[in-house]
Order: sequence, then C-alpha cells, then structure tokens
Amino acid sequence: MTAVALAGVTKVFNAGRADEVTALTGVDLTVGRGEFVSLIGPSGCGKSTLLRLVADLIQPTAGTVTVAGKPAKQARIDQEYGIAFQQAGLFDWRTVQRNVELPLELRGSSKAERRARAREMLDLVGLAEFAGHYPAQLSGGMQQRVAIARALAVHPPLLLMDEPFGALDEMTRERLQDELLRICARFGTSAVFVTHSIPEAVYLSDRVVVMSARPGRITEIVPVDLGERGEATRQSAGFFTGITKVRRALRGGPVPAEAQA
Amino acid sequence: MRPGRRRLRLVLGILGAVLVGVLLWEGYKALGPADGVELLGARVLPRTDDAAMPHVGTILARFGDPELAGGDPIWLVVLRACLVTLRSVAVGFVAGGVVGLLLAVLMQRLRIVERGLLPYVILSQTVPLIALAPVIAGWGGALSIGSYPWQPWMSVSVIAAYLAFFPVAVGMLRGLQSPAPIAEELMRSYAAGWWQTLVKLRLPASTPYLFPALRLAGAAAVVGAVVGEISTGTRGGVGRLVIEYSREATTDPAKVYTAMIGAAALGLAVAAVVGLSEFLVRRRRADA
Repeated sequence: MTAVALAGVTKVFNAGRADEVTALTGVDLTVGRGEFVSLIGPSGCGKSTLLRLVADLIQPTAGTVTVAGKPAKQARIDQEYGIAFQQAGLFDWRTVQRNVELPLELRGSSKAERRARAREMLDLVGLAEFAGHYPAQLSGGMQQRVAIARALAVHPPLLLMDEPFGALDEMTRERLQDELLRICARFGTSAVFVTHSIPEAVYLSDRVVVMSARPGRITEIVPVDLGERGEATRQSAGFFTGITKVRRALRGGPVPAEAQA
Repeated sequence: MRPGRRRLRLVLGILGAVLVGVLLWEGYKALGPADGVELLGARVLPRTDDAAMPHVGTILARFGDPELAGGDPIWLVVLRACLVTLRSVAVGFVAGGVVGLLLAVLMQRLRIVERGLLPYVILSQTVPLIALAPVIAGWGGALSIGSYPWQPWMSVSVIAAYLAFFPVAVGMLRGLQSPAPIAEELMRSYAAGWWQTLVKLRLPASTPYLFPALRLAGAAAVVGAVVGEISTGTRGGVGRLVIEYSREATTDPAKVYTAMIGAAALGLAVAAVVGLSEFLVRRRRADA
C-alpha cells in the first residue's frame, strides 16, 4: 500500500479574482510505505502547498489526494500523519511533556497512556530530562526536537515536515537529520519533507522531488540510493553525485519565466 | 531581585506616592493664592481656604467623628456604604466579564458577527451614562426575577456591567485571535474541533490579554456603580454618600472627602482582587 498518492492535483488560490495564483498544476506523486521523499525547489514552487494538501489543511482545486489509502480529510481526522513546521510552534503555557501529550489529549487517550507515550517520545529525541521545562527555557534545536516528538506522539505512519530544520545552525541540523532517519527507520514511518537545502534533501531521502515555480509543478524525481546513512555518507562519492543530480535538475528546468513573457 | 525586596520596594513606593500626594495638597494649600489660580477667566486651580481644601489631618480626623450628632462614626458609615456598593460592583463585574467573554468568543467564531457587532460594542461606550442610567432603572422597575422583585442595586449592577463588558470583549477578542496561524493549522491537523481549539489553544493563549482587560473592567465597574448610584438615586451606596455629603460642603467641607476616599479605596480593593487572581494563576502555571 502507498502512504501518499496524489493524482492530477491542481491548486488555484483566489480563483476567479484579479490576484488568482496557480500554485500547483498537474501533480502526480506516490510515496511508498516507509519511503522518505523530499520536496525541493525555488520559493513559490508550491512545495509547502503540496505538503498542506497532503495534510488536508487546504483542499485541491482539482485532482485527488489519498493518504494511507483514504481521502486526505479522513486521514487527517484519523490522525494518520504527524506534522512539523519551520517554527516549532510549541504552546508556551504548556510544559514540554504536556506539549507532546497534546495530540494524544485531543484523541482522548487516557492520562496514563499519554504520560507513557510522551516519555517514550522525549526519550527518543533525547529530552527526557527536560519534560518539566517550558518551551521558552529551551534552545531552538531542542524546541524543534520537542515538535518532532509531538508529531510522532500518536505513532503516525506518515510524517509531514515543512523545513523543520530551516532555522537551525548547521551542527544541530546534521544531528537532527540523523536522529530523524533513526526514528523513521525504527517505526517504519514514511516521510514527506520540504526543504531548501540540496544536501539535506539528498542525505535524508530515498527520492528527491524537484519542483519549479510559476506554475508550481514537478519537473524531475531524482532517486537516491546511499544505503545506511552515517558520518561517512556525507563524504561519500554517491552523496556528491546525488547533490550534482539534484542541482542539475533544479538548474536545467524549463525556460525561465522572463523568456516566456 | 529577591521577592522580599521587591515587596518592600512596592510598599515603599505606595507610601511614597501617598506622601507626595499629601505634600502637594498641603504645599499648595500653604503657598497657593487664597482665591485659586485663574487662567483666561477660568479657575484652573482651586481656592486654598479650608472650605475648598480642608487639611489632610482634618479629613482623617473626620473619619473618627460621628456622621451626625450621636450617630455612628463616619468610617463605619463609609465602610458600610462601600460594602453595599461592592455588591453592585462584584455582580456587575462578573456579569460584564461573562458577557464580554461570550461576545469575544462569538466575534472570534464568526467574522461576520465581528464586523456587524464590533461597531455597536464601541458605540455602546459613547452613550452618556447619565442618560442611560435612568432608563435602566426604569426598565428594572418593571422587572422581577421569578417571585423576587427587581432591586435598585441590580440596576446599579447592570450599569456597572455595561461599562465592564467593553474592555473584556475587546481585549479577549484580540487574545482569542492571537495564536499564530501555525498553531491553528496544528490544531486542525489533530482534527480538533472548534470547542477543543478554543479550550486548548485560544483561551490559554489569551490570558496575557485577559488580565489587563479585567483590571480595566474592575475600574470601569467601580466607576459605573458609583455613577449609577448617583444618577439613579439608589440609597445605601458610597455614590449616594458622595452626593449627600457634598450638599454639606459649606458647613462640613471635610465630610465629602471621606466619601471620596472611600470610593477610591473601593476601586483599589477591586484592583487588588484582580491582581491577586492574576498572581495566583501565574504561580499555578509556573508550578504545574
């Protein structure tokens, strides 16, 4: 079974008005179970829009979005995915522990179950000892780890991430990338990951989806096969080959917008 | 700073402010011209004689003397009147707060309601209270709650609530709208309904807006109750006392100031209650 399937998806904002924008057009994409797929492209190429469509935070103008074999809306209601954004978006009046418990609370889990699950997730991201802290007391990287723990709290089969490490320094970023891969491998979680960084996309992904803007569409899908990731991977020839391929796909896309006009 | 020292500073600050007030009063009384200061034919500063500005000591001493010959001492009379007014203030404050909160929730929920209602909410505060008070008292006279007849103090409460709801409605609307879009998307991704989003996100996010609004509402409720008592002619409260005592201003100038100090103390008491509840909520949150 596939984790995500998009067929002929088009998204038009402000349809029929002067400021009409075609954010995405004719998008077909499937993400297999346990697969890690990155979306990369220039600003305005609709990669965040694509992620929001999968999350059913917005609805497509045309086409269908299927998540875990169900329509996107049903998948959202069933909490089939966890989501994380560039800002951690923690609730600053809740402790770290209670932030991670939030999705479980809304699902109606028992108190004991919530406790245990939040503990487990905080252990996983290495923040167990900060359970009683408030978000304001944590660094940006730690906050983002809490956000990931929160996204994983319901053990969703799918993780949606919108530039989750975009605001972090390089060192923290690389550490969290490894952490994320370890977690996804452990639970067999599929992932759709939006990023601006070519090395990040190549390092994390099984496939890198390269997109272009005006109108947003998929121009190329670059498969990456680096096997087990580790420190050595970042220095390997395969890693650099992948980066070159993605860079070429980003550059050698369609005719620039100016030329069309 | 250690809490003990902060508290000491607060107490010293309050004492200092009172002292400065007394010094200004007595200083002007001693040094100012007997006929007051006029500017372009209008008196901008009062006369300094004992009828217009009694000594602070005289006012304080007046608290200990009986209201009328052989009656209760005036501090007791003022205290009783303040307690009567406090009931109207408390009922008005709570009712106004609840109405304000409900209006804010309604306006947040439905943009169309916000657009339609907000102008009227603002308009409501521009209607002169003096004009409104007799109308409210008149309506009240025709009402009863079950078999319990409408009491004049209830009209006063309604007027207090009328002033108190406004800062709560406006402040809470801002507070309920304060969560970042990402927080709202997050709640949506959890399939949280409107009520869950309100309880888990919007209400907790709005506490920084709630307490300043409540402080304003407390002050507004006191003003509303005092003015309401005066303009509806309700007996027993401190507003009535201000009117009664001001009629004796020529023979007993210190007396009206006792009632005014009582009304001011009432305002301070309400502000203190709001401040205390804020302190308790914050401490509970820090402990949790």
